[in-house]
Parts: sequence; C-alpha cells; structure tokens
Amino acid sequence: MTHRSVEVPVIARVEGEGALHVAVDDGEITDLRLEIYEPPRFFEAFLAGRAFHEVPDIVPRICGICPVAYQMSAVHGLERLFGVQVPEGTHELRRLLYCGEWIESHVLHIFLLAAPDFLGFANAIEMATEHPELVKRALEIKRIGNDLMAAIGGREIHPVSPRVGGFSKAPRKRDLEPFLPRLEWALEEMPGIADFVTSLPAPSFARPAEMVSMVNDSEYPITVGDMASTNGRRWDATTYERVTHEVHVEHSNALHSLMSDTGTAYFLGPLARINLNASLLTPVAREVAERAGLRVPETDPFFSMAARAAEVTLAIEESIRIIEGYRPPEPPMVEPEPRAGSATWTTEAPRGTLYHRYEVDEDGTILEAKIIPPTSQNLRHMEEDLRRFLPDVLDRPDDELTRLCEMVVRNYDPCISCATHFLRLEIERT
Amino acid sequence: MSTNVRPRVAVFKMASCDGCQLQFLDAERALLELAGAIEIVNFAEASSRLEPGPYDITLVEGSVSTPEQEDQIRQIRRESNVVITIGACATSGGVQALRNATGKHDEFVRTVYPTPEYVRSLDDSHPISDYVTVDLQLTGCPVDRGQLLGAVGSLLSGAMPRVSDSPVCVECKRRGFVCVVVAKGEPCLGPVTRTGCGALCPGFGRGCYGCFGPAQPSNNTDALGRRFIELGLTGKDAADRFRFITGWAPPFREAADALEREEAAP
Repeated sequence: MTHRSVEVPVIARVEGEGALHVAVDDGEITDLRLEIYEPPRFFEAFLAGRAFHEVPDIVPRICGICPVAYQMSAVHGLERLFGVQVPEGTHELRRLLYCGEWIESHVLHIFLLAAPDFLGFANAIEMATEHPELVKRALEIKRIGNDLMAAIGGREIHPVSPRVGGFSKAPRKRDLEPFLPRLEWALEEMPGIADFVTSLPAPSFARPAEMVSMVNDSEYPITVGDMASTNGRRWDATTYERVTHEVHVEHSNALHSLMSDTGTAYFLGPLARINLNASLLTPVAREVAERAGLRVPETDPFFSMAARAAEVTLAIEESIRIIEGYRPPEPPMVEPEPRAGSATWTTEAPRGTLYHRYEVDEDGTILEAKIIPPTSQNLRHMEEDLRRFLPDVLDRPDDELTRLCEMVVRNYDPCISCATHFLRLEIERT
Repeated sequence: MSTNVRPRVAVFKMASCDGCQLQFLDAERALLELAGAIEIVNFAEASSRLEPGPYDITLVEGSVSTPEQEDQIRQIRRESNVVITIGACATSGGVQALRNATGKHDEFVRTVYPTPEYVRSLDDSHPISDYVTVDLQLTGCPVDRGQLLGAVGSLLSGAMPRVSDSPVCVECKRRGFVCVVVAKGEPCLGPVTRTGCGALCPGFGRGCYGCFGPAQPSNNTDALGRRFIELGLTGKDAADRFRFITGWAPPFREAADALEREEAAP
C-alpha cells in the first residue's frame, strides 16, 4: 500500500489561520480536513446585553478586510425592525462606501493574495520585481477603494460614521468629487487588468455547483435583495436559518453550512453573484467579464478571479454614477426608536452573502445574535472542491501538489478570521 | 542591527481580525519602498515563504486566547530581538476580552458551540505583555498606519520610537472640532483615551469609543464616569462605555467596575 500525505500547516495568503491535511492511500483520498484553528472570539456571546447602537462599532471587529459588510448587514436589519425611514440618499452613500470595500478587498485578493501563486512567486513584493508597473497600478486602484472608505467612514479599517439610522456625518459633495478623475483612470485600467487575469495559467476545473447570491430587480445586489440559487431556490433573510443549517465538525472552529432539505453544500461569492445577476452588470464590467472569458453559466471556481475583476469594474462604475448624482443626506441620520423583535438582513460581502440576526428587547438591548459569514458557508464547498480536484493531480510532486491545493482554497478568498466568529448562542436571560 | 544587511522582519497573528497587519498591505506605495529597506521573512497573510527565526523585528497582532498561543508567544519572544505589539487585541486583549469580565467562558462555549469538546480556548483573552516582555506597544483598533510605519522607520535608523500618550481631547482642540459632550450631550471617551486616530470620531460628529486605550495620566476616569451619569446614562450604560474595544486595559476595567459597584450599592 502506498501512503502519501499533503500537509499545509499554515495556509499562507489567506485572511486568518487555517491548515490543510490530506491523506492518500493507494490513490484514494482517505482523509481530507480543512482545519480552522483560528481561535474563537465569541462575538455572538458578548453582543448579548449590549445596546443596539453599539453593534455597528462591535461587529466590524470580526474582520479587518470587510468591516463595512458587517456594519451594513447590522444597521439594515436593526432599521427594518425599528421601522426607521433613513434620510434620502442614505442608500446610495452606503452603496458607495460598500463599493470602496469591494474594490479594496478584491484588488487585495487578485494581486496580493492570489496572482503570485499562478506566476510562481511567494508574494506580491517579489512579483513586483518582474511586473513593477502592473503591481503599482493595481495598488493605486486598491488605494482608491481605501480612500473612498476613509472619505465616507473616517478610516478604511473599522469606519466610524455608519450608524443605525444613517451616518453620524455625511461627506460634502466636494469631498467626493476629487475621486472622479481617479475613478475614470481606474476604469480605463480595468480591461488591461482583465487581460492579465486571463493570462494567468489557471487549471480548468469543471464541476457542478449550486451557486447562491442575493438578487435584485433594479441594481446589482450589494445591500438590498432576496436570496436565490442557480438550482431555482428563492428565499429571504427572514427564512435564512430554515433554508440553510450549520454543522459543527471536529477539525474546525468554524461551523459548516449546508442546504437544509438536501444536506448539500453551496457556493457563495463573486462568481455566484455574476451567475445570478449577469444582466445587471454595468457596461464596462460586462466587457471585462467577456474579455476574461467569463460567460454564464460558469461554475469553474478558477473563474473567481475574473469575476472579482468584473466586480471591481462594476464598483468603479457605480462609484462614478453615485458621486456624480450625490447630494448629502440631510440630516445625516435619524434617531431610531427601538422596538422588540427579530432583526434579520443579508448583504453581499466581497466573499459572498453575510447574514445577521439580532433578537432585541423593547429598550434596544441585544438579547441574542447570530452571524453567518460567507467563508463558513463556503467551507464545505472548498473541501468538496479539493476532493474532486485532487485525484487528477496526484501524480504531481509534493510542492506542486501543495501549491495546487492552496490555489483551490484561495479561489474562495477565504476569510478565516470571519468564519471563526459565527457561533450559535442560545438565548441567555438572567 | 547592521546597517548593511536588511533587518529580518516577521509579522505574527494571534486572536484578531487581521486589520492591524492589513495596515501594512494598505500602505500600498510605502509597501514597495519598505520592502527595499527590510526583509519580510515571515508574514503568512502576505507571503507563502515562511522562514524560521531569529528575527530582528517582530510585530505581533492579536491577543493570546488558546493554550497553543501561550507557547507560541514565548517561542516568538525567544527568537526576536525587538517585539512590537500592534493594536488593541495585542496590547489590551481586544474586544474579545469582553468575555473576561463575565467569568462565564465555559458557559459561553457550552451554549455557543454544538460540540463544546471540539473547542480549545482560554478563559480569558490576554494582552501579549501578560506573557512576555514587549519592547514597544502601538495601540489602536486598528493601529494607526502612520505610527506603524514611523515606528519601523525609527527602528531602522537605530532609535526606539516614541508614541504620544496624550488624550484625544488635546487633538480635538488642536483641530478645532466642536466638543460633542458640550454641544450634543454625547458621551465621549476622548478625555481619557490616548490619541493616535486624529480625534476621528468627534470629527465625524460622535463620541470617542476608546480604540487607542487609556491615555496618560489615566486618573480622570472617575470624573468622566460621573459626567456620563449626569448626561443621563444608567450605571450599566456608563460602565459599558469603558468596557468596550479596549475595556480590559486596567484603567478602563477599574472605571467600569466602579460604576457597576456604585449602581449595585443600595
């Protein structure tokens, strides 16, 4: 019997801490575990007992890469429960802030985390020695996303202005207008970046997948929309925990999500969003997707990077549109009147749908919190990808096999810091 | 540190959100310049080349939160010439230290995880300095990018960096922001929180919530707690203002405890 094992004790260039163990006996995978050893931080536990207005300051701390996603799922859900009518223009300003995060997070992933793999570099700094202009331009686009977040939120990591009821302060039009020439420049760069993404030697990996994303009739979904899947399911935030359910596996501090009725895994993120919302892509974003060879339906996870490039383009085009028509919300926020009940919402984080639920009492105190981040929902799908992908490449040498495994995982841009925090808390009333 | 050889720099992560190490990657233009002055030899979020120690400068993000991390941080200290802790988690246990005051860690795990025996976690979330000597602490949630790059720059020129510990209030006055306590009656931790953010929250029309931890001197917390009560907060709400992002830092912890004791007193 021949035994072979692949051990990746630290998966590099992902956010957070994970490891991969694979055992192969006589050409058969006998064990495969994506271990999440990132320690739990118990967010859901200590949210209980806190005031509702503290939530948008607490939940971004789950993830430094997508703090806005956490703030937006929380404030929308609480506003719906409280029946808050936010000032006109709030939706667009939140969408702009979120576009900044999509740009920052997706460019980080394409250039700093994923691309070095394909070209055989250990990191982006080494890659910059051979592709200096490209890396510089990409970093500049990322900076535009970060600067947008800082202009609206005060800072790009853990913004301070988003509140339940609006923004503590809204930027003036003249604070945002200087972004227009920078965004126009970035938009012109995107087809070239799509060509770079297409030029990367990615493996081909056809597999069926149930893709899940928010959908929306009028705009590419970011903060508002119902849920849909490529298998024809439709649901919304209020039934999220019935349609999907979570299981605890021994090797992971993150729970795995499955469809409740079929017990099968599903796939969230940019590729899923494009599959379900292709008709809502903005003009240049569509051109970028086509240039990168991405035509729906497409379930090959190696197209995720092309999907990210298309979504960066969409976020740039949307940012231009919003800034051109921008009028500051006046007043920037309304004071919410808390009500007892259940606050649920989903938004589309860079890595996929982020679900929040808060049980709130009549004073606005959080009694229970439930957060299901996209990475935990993708974990089972990642393990399945590895099980399907590995048999065809088992003849490769160890270092290449390891690199391929990491690439399969990295398609999902997993954010393990996020995934580890969704913990189920039973109502604790003392 | 020799000036001819680029110093070997490592970045490690404990329990955290990744935001502080992300400040490096967000440095963008400076990142490529910095890469010419230092050799980043172990930084898992950014590179798949992970070299063993020794390291000249080690930056640590996150709090010590598992038994494995207790061993890991001691090992890191042995292998590092200079250890800098970055951010609220590494310097005061972070927002996850909110579990510390409850004394209910086991209950949290039991009620929170379907299979508690799979989970290994310490009762408390600890700052790095509970375990090893730290050469420089950079606070903030997240750490300020300017302070971070400035500190690395100082070390490269052979000087131990200095960081201001004056309160946010000073920065607010310097920038001419309207005081949110006076103008809006809004609770603000600015009088007792160290600056580093540029008085960000008052500049955005809201109260400071303590990201950079206690300022020096830190003896104004009692007076500020009383002011919160005068503004109409309950003892519990006032205590929660201190028991927040950097709530496990001793001056804030003591202030929160005192407010809760007062409320509980007949």
